[in-house]
Amino acid sequence: MFDEPNKNNPPFSKGSSKYENPDSVMIGLEVHVQLNKLKTKVFCGCTTDYHNDPPNSHVCPVCLGLPGALPVINKRAVEAAIKVGLALNCKIEEHTQFYRKNYYYPDLPKGFQITQYDFPISSGGYITIEGEDGEHRVGITRAHMEEDPGRLVHEGTIDKSKYTLIDYNRSGMALLEVVSEPDLRSPKEARRYLDKLRNILEYLDVFDGNLEGALRVDANISIMGGQRAEIKNISSHKGAERALLYEIVRQKNVLRRGGIVVLETRHFDEAREITMSMRSKEEAHDYRYFPEPDLVPLKISGWAPAIKETLPELPDARRMRFVEQYGITDDHAKALTSELKLAIFYEDVAKKADPKTAAVWICDVLKGELNYRVLTIDSFRKEHMLSVIGLLASKKITEDGAVDIIRTLLDKGGSPDEIVAEKGLLKVEGDIVSTAVDEAIKENPQAVADYRAGKEKALNSLVGAVMKKTKGRADARAAREVLMGKLG
Amino acid sequence: MASINELRERIHSGSSEEIVAEYLEKIESSRLNAFITIARESALSRAREIDSNGHDGALAGIPVAIKDNISTAGLLTTCASKILAGYIPPYDAHVIERLKDAGAVIIGKTNMDEFAMGTSTETSFYGATRNPWDLERVPGGSSGGSAAAVAGGEAPLSLGSDTGGSVRCPASFCGVVGLKPTYGVISRYGLISYANSLEQIGPFAANVRDVTALFDVIAGYDARDSTSVKKDVNYSSALKNDVRGLKIGVPGEYFGEGTDETVEKAVWDAIHTLEDLGASWKEVAMPHTKYALAAYYIIAMSEASSNLARFDGMRYGLRTEDSDWHTTFSQVRAAGFGDEVKRRILLGTYALSAGYHDKYYLKALKVRTLIKQDFERAFKDVDVLITPTMPYPAFRLGEKIGDPLSLYLADVDTVPINLAGVPSVSVPCGFSERLPIGMQIIGKHFDEATILRTAYTFEENTDFHTRQPEGF
Repeated sequence: MFDEPNKNNPPFSKGSSKYENPDSVMIGLEVHVQLNKLKTKVFCGCTTDYHNDPPNSHVCPVCLGLPGALPVINKRAVEAAIKVGLALNCKIEEHTQFYRKNYYYPDLPKGFQITQYDFPISSGGYITIEGEDGEHRVGITRAHMEEDPGRLVHEGTIDKSKYTLIDYNRSGMALLEVVSEPDLRSPKEARRYLDKLRNILEYLDVFDGNLEGALRVDANISIMGGQRAEIKNISSHKGAERALLYEIVRQKNVLRRGGIVVLETRHFDEAREITMSMRSKEEAHDYRYFPEPDLVPLKISGWAPAIKETLPELPDARRMRFVEQYGITDDHAKALTSELKLAIFYEDVAKKADPKTAAVWICDVLKGELNYRVLTIDSFRKEHMLSVIGLLASKKITEDGAVDIIRTLLDKGGSPDEIVAEKGLLKVEGDIVSTAVDEAIKENPQAVADYRAGKEKALNSLVGAVMKKTKGRADARAAREVLMGKLG
Repeated sequence: MASINELRERIHSGSSEEIVAEYLEKIESSRLNAFITIARESALSRAREIDSNGHDGALAGIPVAIKDNISTAGLLTTCASKILAGYIPPYDAHVIERLKDAGAVIIGKTNMDEFAMGTSTETSFYGATRNPWDLERVPGGSSGGSAAAVAGGEAPLSLGSDTGGSVRCPASFCGVVGLKPTYGVISRYGLISYANSLEQIGPFAANVRDVTALFDVIAGYDARDSTSVKKDVNYSSALKNDVRGLKIGVPGEYFGEGTDETVEKAVWDAIHTLEDLGASWKEVAMPHTKYALAAYYIIAMSEASSNLARFDGMRYGLRTEDSDWHTTFSQVRAAGFGDEVKRRILLGTYALSAGYHDKYYLKALKVRTLIKQDFERAFKDVDVLITPTMPYPAFRLGEKIGDPLSLYLADVDTVPINLAGVPSVSVPCGFSERLPIGMQIIGKHFDEATILRTAYTFEENTDFHTRQPEGF
């Protein structure tokens, strides 16, 4: 066993249980993560780069399950799985073994899925999230390897389509099923858990969350100590939160009417944002697990120490380092490290500019503008951020001007210098501001009278007028001071 | 029956095409029903290609027949099942690649028990194969077509597969040599699985030298089979007419109730022949043998129930009228599988089910370990074990097919070898009236060299292998 604490992933102290969890909500998640950064599938040499290619164009006897074909484990997939296990503070098994999970479904070309059962590759870890009452530790029961089935394609919706098409390009992709303990106490925590898990996976460079089918979630939820429902077919973090919110309301309604919540599997309808019963436990499958005879048990105990050495700095560690090294606030550090690319962007900028200013402008301005436009940090160049910060530092532009530059860069492109020249954003001072103030006082007698009568807010419209006259190039704070001086 | 050396000379002085054509004619006019598919066109064209371009492979221009559960690119591969009707694999099994590299000519695909489930080749969707020594008798199974083809002079060499005796049983019944190698010596890539943890592909020929030559071609490591083992051995060079100092173990458990007297006598005579040639023998105890049959069938059926799940009509093979997928799967499997296959899928599914898994499947695995230990213990004192291959000579067509249990019991002397994963060869050692009797020589893991040398020495000093069925 390999269980010493991970230096790259320091644990936070467990939050004090201030959160009362009024409905005794217990949520556990089973997350299927596609290890889609591997070059080849988990048991054959077919490429994982199929997303832009025609259906069934990246298949072979092995991933099509043709008679006589045999699986051979992809060593890189095992290494990636160990890497994730270590990052989730799991114990890595000395021997790991594959099993067959037997069931019939058209997307499953062999009539069984190769997965793990006893001796999963890793187990007994945890993830720390921002819980309802501060840092909250969520147990990881196990993280085991398995193969992805093919993809079913329907015309319109599954119940209305006249046919089902099957694309086996996805068949045999390496999956990691990360199973949590029922430690999540609200849909919000579930979503944060997913965000954090995804964040860690991206730091580990084993996973690209933007690809179709990259992350799929099954959620187990119970309230008030009742039976749990398993919700399948959740494909996004937002979907997970919605499905769980719906499910809490549904279970509460069942209880309110004097009923009991039954143990069952429910399907999440993403479009309608509701869950529907699929089957009850009595109809539950017997998967008849048994060891996969075509794959020998893998002795992996020797692998973990070397892989541990290669573990990158993980989000929590980086967050702590940002606070320490750059003197930024914990909130800013948390926001910056919540996405690997953003953290790298920040650090590159912070090396060449004032780290605190960089944190403010990246977190509080740039991130908001990106979110508003549904863009990622890839849409903004580091050099442009450095220019904007430089212009601010040398007092050549105002803060409003800086925001204007960022917005223009995102909407129209160009360079900060061009935008400054084009829009005339160079900050104006002294006489020009003084003249604009005089004019504003002259043209707005009512506002002047209101201000003098004690209405502080009237000053705002006068500042606005000054800014309008200087086309925003005046420093608003300076204009305010000049106005107050002149109005006595 | 022509040996490989004789065929090589004829190819040298004449042509491969001529030889292939002769065999094809014999197959096509045969009453044995040893073949499901005759590869006339591709075989002749390959023979001509070898004749005109030359080939320096070990089997250049020599015809080989292939059991129909081994994938051959472009050539129908049915496992003798209706459910694989029309299935033409897009790829070659590892052994087929090896054969092609060695210049062999694939002459056709041989009949077998459906999905290799049987001891008589009577469960084939394509009808039973007949035994050349007596057309009213079975050739043994499941590789009955491959053994009958060699015995009947329809192919000089053939491949079978052995999950619980499926090479050795028909070798014994048809009076030819058949080898079940150590688990892992031959890649299973392309062998359509019946019970993965037990089975190996194995060669048939009329004599030990030819079986060994074919074995040399197909043995060896293959990265596409995780259970394949890295061993580089030339077995032919180990064939010496010498058993001096060889220590033979004789397990009494293999001469138990139900063993025919003629078989018992023939095997003991063979042991004494080897003794006369300088070997010694002693009795050894294999106390867990009595549990082998039950353990074997539970493990084999459990694995089979999962292996055969892929035959659902969605991608290849039989397709019945389309309905919703669940109904379609059921219809295809109901129409496509024969009774014996269905019986084994049902029993295997049962043995793996929740509540029974520990009682049957897990217990069978424990027995398997005990059986292995029996062999390990015995091999501390002896070099080989000698037993009857089958308890009796070939039985009549239809005699046992209505009684599955009595058919299962016929495998009593062959299944422990698969459970232990050790190698074993069956060689002709006598006759019961006009029916051949086979002797089984079992070796240590990866010690094919010793069992083949023992078999070769026996053969060099006896003439059982030279007798041929009348009219063939």
